[in-house]
Amino acid sequence: MHNHTVSQLSQGLREGSYSSVEVTRNYLERIARLDERYNAFISVDETAALAAAEAADARIAGGDAAPLTGIPLAHKDIFCTKGMKTSCGSRMLDNFVPPYDATVIERFRSAGSIILGKTNMDEFAMGSSNESSYYGAARNPWNTGCVPGGSSGGSAAAVAALLAPAATGTDTGGSIRQPAAFCGITGLKPTYGRVSRLGMIAFASSLDQGGPMARTAEDCALMLNTMAGHDPRDSTSSDVPVEDYTAGLEKSLEGLRIGLPDAYFGEGLDSATGECIHLALKELEALGATLTAVSLPHSELTIPTYYIVAPAEASTNLSRYDGVRYGHRCADPADLHDLYTRTREEGFGDEVKRRILIGTYALSAGYYDAYYKKAQQARRLIRQDFLDCFQSVDIIAGPTTPGPAFALGAKDNDPVSMYLEDVYTLAVNLAGLPGMSLPAGFVQDKPIGLQLIGPHFGEGRLLNVAHRFQQATDWHTRTPGVGEHVA
Amino acid sequence: MTIAQDDIEKIAELARIRISGEEIGEVTQRITEILQMVDTLQAADTSNVEPMANPLDATQQLRADEVTELNRRDDFLAIAPAVEDGLFLVPRVIE
Repeated sequence: MHNHTVSQLSQGLREGSYSSVEVTRNYLERIARLDERYNAFISVDETAALAAAEAADARIAGGDAAPLTGIPLAHKDIFCTKGMKTSCGSRMLDNFVPPYDATVIERFRSAGSIILGKTNMDEFAMGSSNESSYYGAARNPWNTGCVPGGSSGGSAAAVAALLAPAATGTDTGGSIRQPAAFCGITGLKPTYGRVSRLGMIAFASSLDQGGPMARTAEDCALMLNTMAGHDPRDSTSSDVPVEDYTAGLEKSLEGLRIGLPDAYFGEGLDSATGECIHLALKELEALGATLTAVSLPHSELTIPTYYIVAPAEASTNLSRYDGVRYGHRCADPADLHDLYTRTREEGFGDEVKRRILIGTYALSAGYYDAYYKKAQQARRLIRQDFLDCFQSVDIIAGPTTPGPAFALGAKDNDPVSMYLEDVYTLAVNLAGLPGMSLPAGFVQDKPIGLQLIGPHFGEGRLLNVAHRFQQATDWHTRTPGVGEHVA
Repeated sequence: MTIAQDDIEKIAELARIRISGEEIGEVTQRITEILQMVDTLQAADTSNVEPMANPLDATQQLRADEVTELNRRDDFLAIAPAVEDGLFLVPRVIE
């Protein structure tokens, strides 16, 4: 049953083919046996998971089941879980047990889904390889010498290795889409504000967005139905009405206009990866879509703009970690200044420190206009490019990443080369758009992701396109290490 | 743009992060590389462009000024590193 999708499990539970306790126990057993290889989980609470599964079985027996009742899920360790450690991949929060649930967690709990565990991630979601985690890097199930991507690398690895049927992730610059691409799964970053950020530990508040990571677009739709919606406790959450994301999945792609930005197919794109993407686009053409070249004239501003905006917001958000109210505190502080500076020296890793320093610099007196204000202006130009494109096309498509998963350690010591990994995903966050990655082929036996980008609140259309693509292809059904994972 | 080691020390002080003597050279080098990359933005023409803080151009939502949260002082103190008499404890600030 661990090879089943969320949608299949939901049906199986309802038909009584198995109980939630059986399904949950099966995944817990797989985690205990196999996660040593992948390091996908930071925490697992078997007792709480099985208790929740029993409650779900009672609810199903009582005829009061929601689609996700009894479904075990993994959650990125950035979502606060009441009574369960939430580390954000950092030493700073290694001892942090939140007194409350994130809204996303609360919604999944009330839907009756089960928390299998909390997944590994780059520290404070800053990274594209999972290597900045205090708990060591998660590994790519397709090739354990390679990174799973980041920052939601543990969630992607857990789903790809069939240690969980689906997981949550967060995406500030590609952190759902890039690991989904590297691990051969389907991931969706919703429109900014579509999913509540309350209790989702903040990295860059104007860019962060939570979303689903699963094996199919249909499963992502089921999860988004539970996750999306206005939250009065998150003042940036949108009150645009939520549609039923499963309702439009089967819609025909006849007449769909897909824009292909020249900037996403130029220099820097690995040629074999480009070939996979072109074949995937041909498939969409065969399903009735038309392909048109579009232009994003300010795309060369994306990386510098992002690496000002994101660190500036991070330096502000992370100022809360002071060793006073929760989290790590240095031993025997001499005075308050020593308490702050040593707590933060010990609690944060190298990449987090670098981003705090860059952000502090960009916001400091005398540099604010040259950096932060300039970046906010460039951000508007970048968004306008997309809005202009959506005048003539329905969605935009291209590669999620420049190439397949890279080797562990390959970019770890070179921040700028790591930043370039996200060249195709960052602009979506700057513009606040929904974006998806779905499996579209293999290069060197490693998965390649096709990225779909939609207009604001267009996630229903993206899920529809991805679903139709998955009806016509079988890339998303492939699992790593067949044999070892069967039975 | 290059940044001197002194500047990094100043920023680190503003950010309240201690950086040890052995690390400061390496940190300065990495930050310089990143700043060189972001400095390409300076060439962009952004004249007459309104800065954008929120991708939906949303403004702050307001709510009625009502008490909606419970007082959970004990829960919050329970996860603090040091407390005394219901208060967070820090090293002496005033001699």
